[in-house]
Amino acid sequence: MSVADVFAKAKAEDRAALIGYLPAGFPTVDGGKATLKAMVEAGCDLVEVGLPYSDPVMDGPTIQAAADEALANGFKIKHLLETVQTISDAGATAVVMTYWNPVFAYGVERFARDLAAAGGHGLITPDLVPDEAADWIAAATEHSLDRIFLVAPSSTEERIAMTTAQSSGFVYATSIMGVTGARDAVSSAAPEIVARTRKHTDLPIGVGLGVRSGVQAAEVAGYADGVIVGSAFVSAARESEAAVRKLTEELAAGVRGQVPATA
Amino acid sequence: MTGLFEESFAGTHARTPHDPDERGHFGPWGGRYMPEALIAAIDELSAEYDKAREDSEFNAELARLLRDYAGRPSLLSEAPRFSEHAGGARILLKREDLNHTGSHKINNVLGQALLTKRMGKKRVIAETGAGQHGVATATACALLGLDCVVYMGEVDTQRQALNVARMRLLGAEVIPVTSGSRTLKDAINEALRDWVANVDHTHYLLGTAAGPHPFPVMVRNFHKIIGIEARAQVLAMTGKLPDAVAACVGGGSNAIGIFHGFIDDPSVRLVGLEPGGDGVETGRHGATLSVGTAGILHGSKSYLLQDEDGQTVESHSISAGLDYPSVGAEHSFLKDAGRAEYRAVTDAEAMDAFQLLSRTEGIIPAIESAHALAGALVLGKELGPDAVIVVNLSGRGDKDVDTAARYFGMLGDDK
Repeated sequence: MSVADVFAKAKAEDRAALIGYLPAGFPTVDGGKATLKAMVEAGCDLVEVGLPYSDPVMDGPTIQAAADEALANGFKIKHLLETVQTISDAGATAVVMTYWNPVFAYGVERFARDLAAAGGHGLITPDLVPDEAADWIAAATEHSLDRIFLVAPSSTEERIAMTTAQSSGFVYATSIMGVTGARDAVSSAAPEIVARTRKHTDLPIGVGLGVRSGVQAAEVAGYADGVIVGSAFVSAARESEAAVRKLTEELAAGVRGQVPATA
Repeated sequence: MTGLFEESFAGTHARTPHDPDERGHFGPWGGRYMPEALIAAIDELSAEYDKAREDSEFNAELARLLRDYAGRPSLLSEAPRFSEHAGGARILLKREDLNHTGSHKINNVLGQALLTKRMGKKRVIAETGAGQHGVATATACALLGLDCVVYMGEVDTQRQALNVARMRLLGAEVIPVTSGSRTLKDAINEALRDWVANVDHTHYLLGTAAGPHPFPVMVRNFHKIIGIEARAQVLAMTGKLPDAVAACVGGGSNAIGIFHGFIDDPSVRLVGLEPGGDGVETGRHGATLSVGTAGILHGSKSYLLQDEDGQTVESHSISAGLDYPSVGAEHSFLKDAGRAEYRAVTDAEAMDAFQLLSRTEGIIPAIESAHALAGALVLGKELGPDAVIVVNLSGRGDKDVDTAARYFGMLGDDK
C-alpha cells in the first residue's frame, strides 16, 4: 500500500493514521525487525525505519542512545535495507527516516534505487531542506519514492509553500521547537503549524515530536492526519515486545478517538 | 587618527568575488544542510549580517572594540632564533596570541556578540574545544551583558581545565558534553540541540568558519583583519610579499582569516597545517583535508572523516582545538582550486615546535598554533634561506601548560 493509500484508508475510517518510528538495528538487526513487525501487527499504519547515525543533532537522549547502541552492535546501511525488505515482505508500508550524510555517502541515486528495490516507499529527511535537495528530488522521481520534508513552527509562509510543493506522500510537521523525545504535553504550537500548512497543500499532515500516550494521540488526531510516535517506541522496545504491542494498541485506539476513561 | 588597524579594518566586510553564492555555496561546498526549524534563524542572521556589514555604526562600534578592547592591531614579530631551525628562512609571527583573551577568537566573537544585540537576543550559546572560543565568548558576553552557555566535550573539560575555570569566572555556564566522542564535534551537536529549543531568544555564536551559511563567510570576514594587517606589516618590514603563509586548520577560522589577506597574491603560498595526531597512517588523526572525503556535518558540505556508510569517524589530536572531523567549506574549495595546500603535522612534531618556540623566542604558543610552527620549519627548509614565511600564531599556550608539562615529563610527580 502506498503512503497516500495509507492515509486515504485512515481517512475513509474517519481517523488519523498511526505512524511508528524505530531505528533499524536496535538493539540488534533481528531484534529491530521483530519489534517493527510487532508494531505493524498491533496497529501501526505506517512505520518509519530510522537509520542510526553518529551525529543525530535533532534527536534527544532516548533516540541518541538507541542509535549509539545500534552502531556499537555493528549496524550498516545494508541492515537498514534488509529491515525494510523484511517488513515490506510482511505487508507493511515503510519509509526511512535519515540524516542526510549517510545517504550522500552511499550515493543518492544508489540509495533511492536500493530502497525502492527493498520495498521502501520514501524518505523523511530531518536535516535536508528542499533548497539543497535537487539530487534527492530527481532520484525520488526516478524511483517513485515519496519525499517527506518537514515544516516547523518557525517556518515562514513562503517556506511552508515551497516545502509542501516539493513534498509527496505526506508532510511532517514538528509540533515543537526542539529535539525528539516523549513529553508530558503536546505543544500548543502543533495545531497552529498544522492549520498554517493546510492552507498550502492537500497532502496529509503528520505531527511528530513529543507524543507518547493514547490521550495525546487522540488530541493530535483531532487536527492532524497522522500521529507520529518515536521515542516512546524506543523506550518500550527496551522493555519488551509485549510493552511495544501494548503501547501500539493504546496509540491505535487514540488515533480512533478512543481514550481510556481513567486517563 | 588612522593607522594600520583602521586602514586594514576598512576592507574586512566588503563584498568580493571570493564570497559564496547567496545560499553559501563555495563551488560544490558549503550550503545549508539544516533542520527546517533552524532555517528561520539562519535566515535572520544572514539578513542581519548583510545589513550590519554595510552599516557604518556597526562597523565603527566593532572597530572600536577591536582596537580599544581586544588590542588590535596585533604585532608581526621577527623570530630570528626560531628561524635558525627553519633552514634560515625568515619567519615572522602574526601575534594573535597577544589579543585580549589570548587568541584570534575574539575577532569573531565581538562581531557576533554585537549582531546578537542587534537581533534583540539576550542569550548566547557556544561550543568550544580547547576553550579559546569559549573564553572569548564568555568575555564578550560579560562585556555586553549577555547570558552565556558554553558546551564543551567532557574530555576537553579535563584537558583544558584552566579554561573551564576561566569561563566560569567570567560568568558563563559551562556544560560538559558526555555524548559521542565527548569532544568538539559533540559539543556542536549539543549546542545545535539547545539552539533549536531556544532559538527565539538565543544566538548560536559558532566559533569557526564552518557550519551552515552564513557562518563560513561571516566568521571569515570577522577574521580577515588578521591577514589584511599582516600583509601591510610584512610589506613594511621586508619590502615584499612573503613566500608563504602558514596557519593551523581545525575548523579553519584563523587560517581562512590570514589567507584572505593574501588570496589575490598568487605568488604567496597558502599552507594549512592539519592535526596529524599519531600519524595519518595510524588512523588516529584529524587530517580532514589530507585524507577526508566529501560529506555533510553540522550543516555544511565539506571534506569529512567518515566511513563508507557516512558515519563520522572520531578525530584525534593532542590539540583540543583542532580535534574536529570536518573543516570549513571554503578550505575544501581552496584545496580543490589548488589555491591553498594542506599538510598534516603529528602531535610529536607539533610538540617539538611548541618547545622550540618557547626556548628560542620566549613565546609559549597554543598547541594549535604549534602545528603551524611545525609546518613552517619544514617549509623553511624547502624554500631556502631567502624565503619569508608568515606564521599565524593564533593563540598563546597558557591553557596548554598542563598538557605540555605532562607530555614533556616536567611535573614533579612524574619523576
